[in-house]
Amino acid sequence: MELYELSIQKAHRLLKEKEISSQELTKAVLERIKAVEDKVDAYITVANDMAMAQAELADKAISEGNCAPLTGIPLAIKDLMCTKGLRTTCASKILENFIPPYDATVIEKLKARNAVITGKVNMDEFAMGSSTEHSAMKITRNPWDTSRIPGGSSGGSAVAVAADMCMGALGSDTGGSIRQPASHCGVVGMKPTYGRVSRFGLVAFASSLDQIGPLTKDVTDCAILMNAIAGYDTRDSTSVPKDVPDYTAALKDGLKGTIVGIPKEFNEVKGLDPDVSTAVENAIKTIEDLGAECVEVSLPHSEYVVAAYYVIAPSEASSNLARYDGVRYGFRDRDKGSLMEMYKSTRSQGFGPEVQRRIIIGTYCLSAGYYDAYYGKASQVRTLITEDFKNAFEKCDAILAPVAPTPAFPIGENADDPLTMYLSDIFTLSANLAGIPGMSVPCGFSKDGLPIGLQILGKHFSEETLLRVGYNFEQATDFHQKKASL
Amino acid sequence: MRITKDEVMHVAHLSRLDMDDASTDKFAEQIGNILEYVDTLRQADTEGVPPMSHAISLTNAFREDEETGHLERDQALANAPEKEDGNFMVPKVIQ
Repeated sequence: MELYELSIQKAHRLLKEKEISSQELTKAVLERIKAVEDKVDAYITVANDMAMAQAELADKAISEGNCAPLTGIPLAIKDLMCTKGLRTTCASKILENFIPPYDATVIEKLKARNAVITGKVNMDEFAMGSSTEHSAMKITRNPWDTSRIPGGSSGGSAVAVAADMCMGALGSDTGGSIRQPASHCGVVGMKPTYGRVSRFGLVAFASSLDQIGPLTKDVTDCAILMNAIAGYDTRDSTSVPKDVPDYTAALKDGLKGTIVGIPKEFNEVKGLDPDVSTAVENAIKTIEDLGAECVEVSLPHSEYVVAAYYVIAPSEASSNLARYDGVRYGFRDRDKGSLMEMYKSTRSQGFGPEVQRRIIIGTYCLSAGYYDAYYGKASQVRTLITEDFKNAFEKCDAILAPVAPTPAFPIGENADDPLTMYLSDIFTLSANLAGIPGMSVPCGFSKDGLPIGLQILGKHFSEETLLRVGYNFEQATDFHQKKASL
Repeated sequence: MRITKDEVMHVAHLSRLDMDDASTDKFAEQIGNILEYVDTLRQADTEGVPPMSHAISLTNAFREDEETGHLERDQALANAPEKEDGNFMVPKVIQ
């Protein structure tokens, strides 16, 4: 086994026993990146020197007896979390040369544990998209079939994990952007409860929906990363002052007494691929065999989820992205005479088409005369969607569902049809609207050999339940051990 | 069509975006389709339902009123596309 193939947990054991050094491990991962980057285009910036310097610090800490679970572990970061001194582009021309003067809270937490940051990975521009095709930098490819998308928006994070170009990664999830690429690339991804992880230093897309979370090779690693990043932060007024449990303690055998709900509405979703429904049905059967009890639940407002989301998310985005004015940071068109011309020209050249589309939709939905019909109505429907979950969770501990209606589609297939792309987010959006945690674990392959994920949803702050269900499923199956050959 | 070309141009102006004729046409069609889909929301019965802006309601997120670190002027200006004498530069505003 090559060093770069190790899981975080296994690498930690070897580091702790001093059988390997972080510098060896980091070098192996950086060489792996060099070897396969051309095939998958996962990274925007590879931080070779910075990573090796952090590995040296980690080795020093280990020699002094300080080997925390992430000490010396090479991790990739989605390129929308601020990393001090390391370019953070959001995969946008408008932030192409932005070098943050500070670290996001999650980055501070990783550094405090002497983790190693291998670099910044690709994404849809400003996290708007489900395919990583909307990146101004490059198109990332799915390692299982490089003619297909990796999912998005955290496509670079999922590919970097799936192709062993890091040992784990951070992504962000506003409408499925961690879970869907995890599903398409055959890795584990978790969107924590809204407020569980600080958003300070995360470039904002839709502030009431955005949440940072881990993408990893297995469920154990997911729990290890959650332990590091979760927790209250005074610099994020929406982070929740609640104690963080030891998530690895949730990784216990047995699902006896656990009740899982299957939403009846999800079977009626148009365009659900038969390979996906078979894989998910088999997974539900496996979870039942492990001792869980299955019940049918209802989420009656499911038909409104996509519509509500595509009002609320663009509305918040149009407001958040007003800050890119070419004055304080980022790209600026210097040739324009007046301030207004400079703003317009800067923003039109700096933002890609999908971002401009969402800014326009959002501005329209918030503009005078339309606010009540769009944003106001969507916010009321959001209440109904959230109540659906509350009612469902009175009958069950977790909900099982597909992550995406189809396996990864070919690059370019939905490029000119934004609405079709939006509709493919049907299974993931509701967790963000309701603020509940959700997770994707590998649960099978399509006839063409493409990975399929099982989505596990839970009530607010029930990440431990999701991890326990995911862990038991993983122990009983071997989907997560299969690797794409590159 | 749910949104006219003129409306797209008006909203583009509000959003501080320049839009040429071709992209206005394309956007009017794409955004029209999206808004038409979004109109399904009208069928939802929301009589008396309160709107929701955040998933976890918190009130009064206080913190201690303590001085913490801040960016030095040079750091704050480091990413500015144009600067002069420790200030951000913008095109002339008053003619």
